[in-house]
Amino acid sequence: MTQVQPTATSTNVVENCRHDFPALQQEVQGHRLAYLDNAASAQQPEPVIDAVTSYQRHDHANVHRGVHTLSHRATDAYEGARDNIQRFINAASRNEVILTSGTTESINLVAQSYCRPRIGPGDKILITYLEHHSNIVPWQLVCEQTGAELVVAPMDDRGQLILESFDRLLTDEVRFVAIGHVSNALGTVNPVNDVVARVKSMDIPILIDGAQAVPHMRVDVRDLGCDFYAFSGHKMFGPTGTGVLYGREAILDAMPPWQGGGDMILDVSFDGTVFNDLPYKFEAGTPNIAGVIGLGAAIDYLQSVGLSQIAAYEQQLLDYMTAALQQVDGVRLIGTAAHRASVQSFLVDDIHPHDLGTILDHQGVAIRTGHHCAMPVMSYFGIPGTARASLALYNTTEDIDQLVAAIEKARSIFA
Amino acid sequence: MIATTIRAGDEIRELYRELILDHARNPRHFGKLDAATHRAEGINPLCGDKLKLYLQLVENDRIGDASFEGSGCAISVASASLMTDMVIGQPLDKALEYFEVVTGRLTKSDQTLADTVEPALEKVLALDGVREFPSRIKCATLAWHALNSAIHQQSTPVSTE
Repeated sequence: MTQVQPTATSTNVVENCRHDFPALQQEVQGHRLAYLDNAASAQQPEPVIDAVTSYQRHDHANVHRGVHTLSHRATDAYEGARDNIQRFINAASRNEVILTSGTTESINLVAQSYCRPRIGPGDKILITYLEHHSNIVPWQLVCEQTGAELVVAPMDDRGQLILESFDRLLTDEVRFVAIGHVSNALGTVNPVNDVVARVKSMDIPILIDGAQAVPHMRVDVRDLGCDFYAFSGHKMFGPTGTGVLYGREAILDAMPPWQGGGDMILDVSFDGTVFNDLPYKFEAGTPNIAGVIGLGAAIDYLQSVGLSQIAAYEQQLLDYMTAALQQVDGVRLIGTAAHRASVQSFLVDDIHPHDLGTILDHQGVAIRTGHHCAMPVMSYFGIPGTARASLALYNTTEDIDQLVAAIEKARSIFA
Repeated sequence: MIATTIRAGDEIRELYRELILDHARNPRHFGKLDAATHRAEGINPLCGDKLKLYLQLVENDRIGDASFEGSGCAISVASASLMTDMVIGQPLDKALEYFEVVTGRLTKSDQTLADTVEPALEKVLALDGVREFPSRIKCATLAWHALNSAIHQQSTPVSTE
């Protein structure tokens, strides 16, 4: 086989990683677990589990409130995670890091707090064909609420944004642009630097959905120059129910609060309320303290391995996986963009993805099957769904060989 | 008689029995039924299974003809194919009885599986393998819920989510 073998150095990095993840040290259905569903949710390493457990065992209390020791510890750990996130994405200030329940909430916050008061009939919001439902539906809702129009930039047969069409659609009526950094269904890495430059040259605000990007590559929000960047903790080895909205401070300052409640206020009377400063203005109620502390630990973990090493290793592994799948008779790759990260979608003969998923699971191979919350992408290809294998730093060529063997088994059952 | 005990490791072959694969590859009564008097739509959003079921009721509340169209996994297509095969020619109350028996058999974990059922239901025992795969039970029951919905003339699509 003429496949790219990961280099010795990058393999070493990862050989150590797999051992850090307790969930990967198990058999499923009597087989070694090959976990290839990372685009849905990634496993958590020991340091993340330990950070969460240690907080729950020793430091649990509410944040920003108490004068007692535990509350101080909880607040320090929680706010320390925010500082971690700020450095991780190179935000200019910790005030630009809003902690949310995930990418979905981050995007909805921007749709409702930023867009809704500013747009109306005749205005347009521009997205792309490649988006996850969470970067479609919040904009549909705000369009319904305001009378604005949702405009969708098309992709080509390989699953790549057609930049010329994007440019044509980027007119003066466009009030906001939202685009995914990496497609969850096809793995396409969008040319976000290019896109941001085009959008900002027209002084239009732009949000990037980075849920599928942050675990796989270095993201620098100031280098990107975007106004908002949204991502989730659980796809980057942190706990579920955690997420981040990065927003430029001047923009966040001018936005009204999204949800009201405790922690987001300075003074409340029945005559009115004085809202808290950033970032707390957007964080009503007791937050997911344990989860955010875990997210902070996940960032430490990612950085200890090194984002550039992770990106290089995963790229080689993705090339290996794509080549291996291409060599299986009856496999049709869906999404063949020149620049992809982590993800390969595919179909096998006329086996329905759901049947394939069940047979693969029976051999210890966990993949995602279905429409991947990107129904427009599936409609484009005229298919109900795909099988999707998605990589993380702890995957190895052994996982991919196991995937290929399991696909062969499925083909023999359906032969 | 169809064996109801499943050997460890053979669950996949039990799930995809020849009869199931045959009905999945060559679904019976597939297509639109222009003379339909009753229709229902079934959706399984998890895996994207979608089917439209058509029933043509004739005299004495009997199902004169039935068909389905749509796309889905092998289990959902085979189940719909088997179901239409079974209910054509049956009175409505018999079809509803089949609905109860089959969905009960697939979903009630404490139900003791009878080795013998009435001859008309024998083929549907091929779906028994699904019981070992909780995430796939909804695929197998989708067509049956559509049948129930069509008979009761419900206007909203049924969903097995």
